[in-house]
Amino acid sequence: MLFDLGPLPPANLLAARDQMAVTLGFHIVLACLGVAFPTLLLIANWRAIRSSDADALRLARRWSRIIAVTFAVGAVSGTVLSFEMGLLWPGLMGRFGAAYGIPFAIEGIFFFLEAIFIAIYIYGWDRLSPWTHFLSGIPIALSGFGGTFSVVTANAWMNQPAGFTLGADGQVTDVQPLGVIFNNATWYEAGHMFLAAYMVTGFLLASTYAVGRLRGRMDRYTRLGFIIPFAVAAIATPLQIGMGDIAARAVFTDQPAKFAAMELVQTTGPNTPVVVGGILIDGRVVGGLPIPGLGSLLAGFNTATVVHGLDGIAPADQPPVNIVHLAWDTMLSAGFGLLALAAWFGLTWIRRRELPTSRWFYRFAAVAGAASVVALEAGWIVTEVGRQPWIVYGLLRTVDAVTRAPGAIASFVVVMVIYLILGFATFVVLRSMSRQGADDTADGGEPYGPRR
Amino acid sequence: MSRAEIVAAILWLGVTLYAVLGGADFGAGLWDLLAGNSTNGEPPRALIDASIGPVWEANHTWLIFDLVILWSAFPLAFASLMSTLFVPLTLAAFGIILRGAGFAFRKYTRPLAGRRAFGATFALSSVITPFFLGTALGAIASGRVPAGNAAGDPWTSWLNPTSVLVGCLAVATGAFVAAVFLVSAARRQGDPDLERYFRRRALAVGSVAGGLSIVGLFVLAVDATALYNGLSGRGLPLVVASLILGSTSLVLLARGICRGIRVVAAGAVTAIVWGWGVAQLPAILPGSLTIEAAAAPSGTLDALIVISIAAAVTIGPSLGLLFILDGRSRLQAGH
Ligand code: HDD
Ligand code: HEM
Ligand code: HEM
Repeated sequence: MLFDLGPLPPANLLAARDQMAVTLGFHIVLACLGVAFPTLLLIANWRAIRSSDADALRLARRWSRIIAVTFAVGAVSGTVLSFEMGLLWPGLMGRFGAAYGIPFAIEGIFFFLEAIFIAIYIYGWDRLSPWTHFLSGIPIALSGFGGTFSVVTANAWMNQPAGFTLGADGQVTDVQPLGVIFNNATWYEAGHMFLAAYMVTGFLLASTYAVGRLRGRMDRYTRLGFIIPFAVAAIATPLQIGMGDIAARAVFTDQPAKFAAMELVQTTGPNTPVVVGGILIDGRVVGGLPIPGLGSLLAGFNTATVVHGLDGIAPADQPPVNIVHLAWDTMLSAGFGLLALAAWFGLTWIRRRELPTSRWFYRFAAVAGAASVVALEAGWIVTEVGRQPWIVYGLLRTVDAVTRAPGAIASFVVVMVIYLILGFATFVVLRSMSRQGADDTADGGEPYGPRR
Repeated sequence: MSRAEIVAAILWLGVTLYAVLGGADFGAGLWDLLAGNSTNGEPPRALIDASIGPVWEANHTWLIFDLVILWSAFPLAFASLMSTLFVPLTLAAFGIILRGAGFAFRKYTRPLAGRRAFGATFALSSVITPFFLGTALGAIASGRVPAGNAAGDPWTSWLNPTSVLVGCLAVATGAFVAAVFLVSAARRQGDPDLERYFRRRALAVGSVAGGLSIVGLFVLAVDATALYNGLSGRGLPLVVASLILGSTSLVLLARGICRGIRVVAAGAVTAIVWGWGVAQLPAILPGSLTIEAAAAPSGTLDALIVISIAAAVTIGPSLGLLFILDGRSRLQAGH
């Protein structure tokens, strides 16, 4: 039975897309914290036990309180996304849910385990023995990994749908779950996202301690709070850029329209330049710095490599080119900027076994968190907007997937209001938590501690 | 049993767990709302906080489990009901996000004004959310959700006697199960005042829920005949079981017996959820879609069965561990 389409209420498509973008863009930041923060916490916790390090213990305790808050917001914002899959995109779920849904079902297990063990870990302070407590944290980090892999698999599937056959009526008939999960885009998207989570969490957390240092806090606690997350993020950065390079080449082969938009390629041919900056107006590139041949070179290791241009793609099948291109440039700039900062840190460390002392280093480090979030959001814009007009690449157009229910606009407006308040409240609560004395056993004490 | 029926049964199990555990967390929010000013309300609120704090996120994940199973195994049913029931389900989603965030923020906020604002957000949305989820269930059960992208009426599908009834029942049963759980928690903590406090409330709301169910029978007989026939036919044993378990729990409460009461109360909810499922067999969307017609291809169903087994093997013991540790901490606190 095919999923019927009714008449499309005006503006539903725009409202639904914007709502999806806002709620995903919000969730993804908390998701990054959910994936990588537990690992940083465990590093601090391990150090605290191994070397009886009181500063590390204070860090671990404080971080676990923060995780309790970000995890809760991450969980509820993720739930909203699950609702939206059906509320906004019933045409996608109705037709492809049988294939597209499988990775989400796997994700469910990991989220469950994550929720359970986070509760055990947070509850376990002072109740479990130190090593048992530490061990109870390991499933959190592992399920963060598994959760990312499965949910990104679903997204990769939208870019490279595989693992099913379409019946004559366009309905999914035969499903091979492994084919769905291990589609062409799974490996690089999941790897890139996983590293992004470590970069975002590491740089964000390190930012706060860099600000502390700029304000004159030079104690060991602040130093350790900076070094653990920053070192992790700095290690992830070059790997991330390597992964991004692999991703770009895969997009070049598998999604030519997206690649053409990313690089502003107008005409199909060899010797394609890379245009840094610039936008496309009426089919002409305005502004920007072209670097001859680099596009072909990067895509095929040879300037003779033929790159597909927008001229070969019907206008109805082109993504919004400028958004994709500018987002792409933004991700790259942020990525290379962070690489430079990571190198500064790494070289100083190798030479002197010390942190850089320059105030400029800490000024840059203070904005590194924001820069990594910018790269993250920009990367998702490249992926999602670059796939347009398809929701399932080559198979289902976004306009055919969107809900026919009236009211999408109203929903979008309310979502905007709720998320603004939510974002603001999250920020205020986290900031006030970071201001409460470092020996934070006042107030509820440990989050789920017994009644006093 | 066909594969589709097996997965439908797994889905129903997930729905049951969410109705009992998630419902109780919502109910706890209702008691939080009604606990009065910040001085008088402090002891019950502290008990509520301590007992749902560690477990609500895990309990809440049953909803995610249900959604993903539903959309993978029965994509047409999922797409149809999410689009027709756009309004109540959007409101439920808003309620979910406000409730979770409000609860977590309250815990970590110090100024009283902030705690009040977050607490009120948490408590109010705890009442609204199950109501809207209930109206959606009522819409499905009374056959008001046809297959298709927003094919049903966006308003009357969930603004009708059956939906409102099920919405109210969802709030009342959640509040009842929550109060019963809190009676046990107060007993374990050795706090007779709180035990009495929640026992009184459990009895009151239990009677309300019972009364609603009786009124409900008349409503269904008029407004949702097919469902009524199912419940009084194939579903009758389960409906009777629910009545017996429900009355038993009231008797136990009235006598101050704590042992086993949580199981009995949860059983009453379980029986009615399954009674509904059995009553509408073989339909998943009564009146327009059967389980078999909505089912995904067998490759998907097999994968979901394997995933569910994996979930049972990993989540079961972990959840057990969490509940045990949670119970033990309250024992310690009693000293
Ligand atoms: C910290 C964040 C971050 C940083 C520094 C980078 N990226 Fe990225 N990028 C992402 C975070 C990200 C992401 C997590 O937001 C995306 C969205 C979807 C995905 O798989 O990863 C992404 C997508 C994405 C895509 C599109 C994949 C697709 O549509 O299938 C490409 C080609 C690249 N990236 C390439 C790069 C390159 C060459 C980088 C070198 C500077 C880079 N990224 C840095
Ligand atoms: C695994 C993760 C993700 C999945 C499954 C997913 C899925 C979707 C779906 C179904 C749509 C609507 C259809 C469409 O417009 O093509 C969409 C749109 C969109 N998503 Fe994602 N998304 C994911 C991650 C993200 C993240 C993290 C962001 C962060 C910013 C993001 C940004 C967007 C944007 C900007 C759109 C609107 C695109 C447009 O209409 O032009 N997505 N996504
Ligand atoms: C790249 C994209 C995504 C990543 C890496 C990601 C990761 C995570 C992580 C780590 C969590 C745990 C909560 C936390 O730590 O904050 C989480 C929660 C959640 N996410 Fe996402 N997510 C992504 C996109 C999505 C999408 C597209 C959906 C739904 C369609 C979704 C649905 C959920 C749900 C339902 C939860 C709550 C689980 C619970 O109750 O514990 N996520 N996500």
